[in-house]
Amino acid sequence: MTTFFDELHDRFPDLVRSVEEPVADQAVVLLNGPDVTAIVRHFIAEHQARIVSVFAEDRVSAEGVFYNYYIFDRAGDPSWVIVKVPIPERFPSFPSLAAELPAINWQEREIQDWFGLEAAGHPNPRRVALHDNWPDVHPLRKSFALDTELAPFEGEQHVYRPTYGEGVFQIPVGPVHAGIIEPGHFNFAVAGEPILYLQLRMFYTHKGTEKLFENMPIHRGVFLAESISGDSAVSHGTAFCEAVERAAGIEVPQRAQWMRVILLELERIANHVADVGAIATDAGFVIANAHAGRVREMVLGLNETLTGSRVLRGTVAIGGVRREWQPGQAEAIEGRLAIVEGEFRDLVAIIQSSDSTRDRLEHTGVLRPEKARTLGVVGVAGRASGVDRDIRRDHPYEAYGGLTFKVPVYQAGDVRHRMQVRIDEVGESIQLIRAAVARLPEGSHRAPTHPIPPGRCAMSAVEGWRGEIVHWIRTGEGNRIERCKVKDPSINNWPAIVEAVEGNIVADFPVINKSFNLSYSGTDR
Amino acid sequence: MFKILQKSFHVGSATADYPNLSPRLAEEFRGCPEFDFEAWSDARPAAEACPTGAISFRDSDGLRTVTVDYGRCIFCGECEAASADGAVHMTRRFELASSDRRDLLLTAQYRLHPDGTHAELESSTSGRGDVLIGKRVSEAIQSLLGRSLAIRQVDAGSCNGCEQEIVALNNPVHDIERFGIHFVASPRHADMLLVTGPVTRNMELALRKTWAATPEPRIVVAVGACGISGGIFGVNYASLGGVDAVIPVDVYIPGCPPRPEALLHGILLALGRMRQRVGAI
Repeated sequence: MTTFFDELHDRFPDLVRSVEEPVADQAVVLLNGPDVTAIVRHFIAEHQARIVSVFAEDRVSAEGVFYNYYIFDRAGDPSWVIVKVPIPERFPSFPSLAAELPAINWQEREIQDWFGLEAAGHPNPRRVALHDNWPDVHPLRKSFALDTELAPFEGEQHVYRPTYGEGVFQIPVGPVHAGIIEPGHFNFAVAGEPILYLQLRMFYTHKGTEKLFENMPIHRGVFLAESISGDSAVSHGTAFCEAVERAAGIEVPQRAQWMRVILLELERIANHVADVGAIATDAGFVIANAHAGRVREMVLGLNETLTGSRVLRGTVAIGGVRREWQPGQAEAIEGRLAIVEGEFRDLVAIIQSSDSTRDRLEHTGVLRPEKARTLGVVGVAGRASGVDRDIRRDHPYEAYGGLTFKVPVYQAGDVRHRMQVRIDEVGESIQLIRAAVARLPEGSHRAPTHPIPPGRCAMSAVEGWRGEIVHWIRTGEGNRIERCKVKDPSINNWPAIVEAVEGNIVADFPVINKSFNLSYSGTDR
Repeated sequence: MFKILQKSFHVGSATADYPNLSPRLAEEFRGCPEFDFEAWSDARPAAEACPTGAISFRDSDGLRTVTVDYGRCIFCGECEAASADGAVHMTRRFELASSDRRDLLLTAQYRLHPDGTHAELESSTSGRGDVLIGKRVSEAIQSLLGRSLAIRQVDAGSCNGCEQEIVALNNPVHDIERFGIHFVASPRHADMLLVTGPVTRNMELALRKTWAATPEPRIVVAVGACGISGGIFGVNYASLGGVDAVIPVDVYIPGCPPRPEALLHGILLALGRMRQRVGAI
């Protein structure tokens, strides 16, 4: 780390004010002014860095400035670099990097919407988070109260870009969809069957989550984190707890770390099994989904015997996990896991025996590897398109550092391979759980909690079943949260769906969308 | 093809016979908390621990009124852990659906010691105390629909936790179609809207339009703590709270998320095919 610090000081003596490492493996580079461009180019060119997230914080009343934070992941380095950039209140603007880094297109626009800081030079500066009929408000500014009552909205909810051409027409879909899924609006421009251009509008389920975290007692924050995206309750819960634990210097007992690994992998298995079945359904192969539904129920039953909740609610806590397992409970996992393993193997064999299903899934919804890299696609969708990245392996957290496992990576980037990544990962997760049960140490399931000091900042990254989840928090007075930034993997991956559907027929959209299976609630918060 | 048939024969019927048989609940399963109002020496720690404000109290003139709202409860068990006197304990009850919001409320009034602990229980109530079992809804619906029902699910802002369990109603284990109930793609084909919440500002219009597009008589069922009350999200600049803040609701199904059997209970309650189990008990 020190050579990296020296290098930055030497290269950018006028830009860099300080470089610190307040939390292990998290370097914070504070700049003098809002122009981050030179540093970012340096990271990307010299360190093969990847931008993970961009977000802002309102520190006007405390320090007289806003801050933008740019989180970087440097190739082959387990530590994170957080570039912290002051933006004066009088001149609320920062240079946009979205033209160079399409991966942060939405996130920069979120900063515009939530904080009223202009992303100067953004190639598409329209609203993304606030719908077009919202008044001119910036909800994450401290001056905006959580319970502000906004007047009834007027005008168009969305203004879509027009599409022209002979025989070109638009198909609006949503926000209420045909299946049991979350709301979002899709506007397809088509000429005949093939999709020419897809416009997405998300944030229908925006419910003020990040604002709610502010001033929330930390112990309640864990439950809110579980509700960021209900299908990722353990992943988001763990990410939140880890950020707090790192900020406050809480040492999580070994036993709790291994228990968290088991819970995280159970969540992965349950969701992957459901997705495999759902992808088959969307290709018209319903019997596979019936079996997947059964297998998923077996996993949920196991969840319930371990935690009291089928969908793993209320499992993690600051300092560890909420409930200790009774003697024999962990050992009983194996019996059920073996059944799940066998049943899932049969399910996969059934799907693979169907040529017509394979025909529907292969070459459908292709996301090319170079596109995936440019767009910063993460998780399952990334690994199906050649992005060899997994936080569990690259930035080990909890007990993952002591485990070895295979990270499946494919280059084809089609629906079939997004399914294949899931199939492979179910197998790996089963092995991980076995290894974790075998090595589960004795000891405490939870560190004793003390009051958490204010003004501490830290980030955390967790490989949820969908992909990379990042939380960043600042602690406040009285055991409360001052700011909590939540980045769900979905926010990275939505723009990739736009690419993947291009040229495909409208009838294949459901199966393509399902193969990504992004969280609307995680995106919208 | 042979493989597929072989597997189907091998598996046989996977369906659980709820409600004829109670589901096999795990030992650890957490249903709703139960309150021994007589023995409760202090409501404050539980109220402080509750992440959603399901337990609240108001003190005045040495009297404390405690309200417990199962329509906000996420069954987390923090109240049990926080109450040292053992007056709060988690049960395995999950059939909590009700056709009246008030049935989900418990209240207790205490005379207080100077230090704020409870001296004496003055009175306590649970729900209305007089329940017409889903009657209001069921009569018209039953005569019109016979034994079939079409449901349109609407996510009006949920975290997708409830959706996971609603999807599970279609799997072979819970198999909602055995009741003649199925999920449909359009509100125009629907008899029932199964709505999860909280209702966001951005979904308000879509929810109203979906409701308007559903032919009468229509039943609205609000699902989960957020669908009933806004849950942990409550009411804020982006959230309007529960479904009944926007459209009239016939049945409420508590839970976070409600397990599939709890959803089935609520749906069947709305049809008058099951009895309400909270309120006048």
